[in-house]
Amino acid sequence: MRRGAVGVAALLFAGVLIGALLGLPAPGAGLPPLVTAQMGNSGVTHPVTAVLLNFRGYDTLLEVAVLLVALLGLLAVQRSERAVAPGAAVEPVLQTLARRAAPLMVVVGVYLLWAGASRPGGAFQAAAVLAAGAVLAHLARLLPAWSAPRAWLRTGITGGFLVFLAVAVALLGGGALLQYPPAHAGLLILLIEAGLTVSLALLLAGLFLFLSEEGTRR
Amino acid sequence: MSTGMLFALVGALLFTMGAAGVALPGAPLRRIVAFNVMGSGALLVLVGLAQRGGGVDPVPQAMVLTGIVVAVAATALALALARRLGAPGARAASGDDD
Repeated sequence: MRRGAVGVAALLFAGVLIGALLGLPAPGAGLPPLVTAQMGNSGVTHPVTAVLLNFRGYDTLLEVAVLLVALLGLLAVQRSERAVAPGAAVEPVLQTLARRAAPLMVVVGVYLLWAGASRPGGAFQAAAVLAAGAVLAHLARLLPAWSAPRAWLRTGITGGFLVFLAVAVALLGGGALLQYPPAHAGLLILLIEAGLTVSLALLLAGLFLFLSEEGTRR
Repeated sequence: MSTGMLFALVGALLFTMGAAGVALPGAPLRRIVAFNVMGSGALLVLVGLAQRGGGVDPVPQAMVLTGIVVAVAATALALALARRLGAPGARAASGDDD
């Protein structure tokens, strides 16, 4: 009964949505010409990075804050006493593979961070690769699950956001939020991205490792 | 029809499928996955519509990158809540599971 109603509603909704999309007027010039015109002032040469960390830097600042809040919420609903699952058998093939892959993933992460200025890449991609490396190491039982974050982990997780916020506050005198002086924009973006890479990698890994019950050291 | 419009239409279909998955009764995990499908559809519409003209618009691309990361964080929070809901000692989970 409910399935049928949902199915009919979904079909109707899909029809309306597709009709609306097909009825859209042809795209105008939009923002790309504006982005291209200001690329010289952005401090980087890749347009997506320029938008992400310069033209719309406050979006990224708030996004990192959202990530922090999500991790705090996750830690808040996490039960303090966790049943430690009995350790499954260690898989030698997976462990060997993880040992070989981990250094490569660190190299790829650093490369992505550096490449972000001029081609696809950047802090988020680098952090995702690093966090995936941590999750892989955990699944191969090379890295235990995390319990309550200690001081170093708390510093690491919040550090990137604090650096970003410090840069934003320091530049407030310029009149607008995150308006970099063009001469120093490249350096400031690299500083922010380096901080973000470390923090986001710990954050994204934490989303998995704080939830995991396997091999918790307690 | 341009490639961008094709992406947008597929995104609209994904969004609808995800919305139906959220609306149908089911285990929390299935609904979280359906919610993710919905989110992916919305992001695909955003990127697809922006490149109807042929070129790549960096502004929606950056916004979508932001959206993906926020979706990951929201999913992790939802999973933590779902697991807390099913943990021993929690009150009985919603009764409409089938």
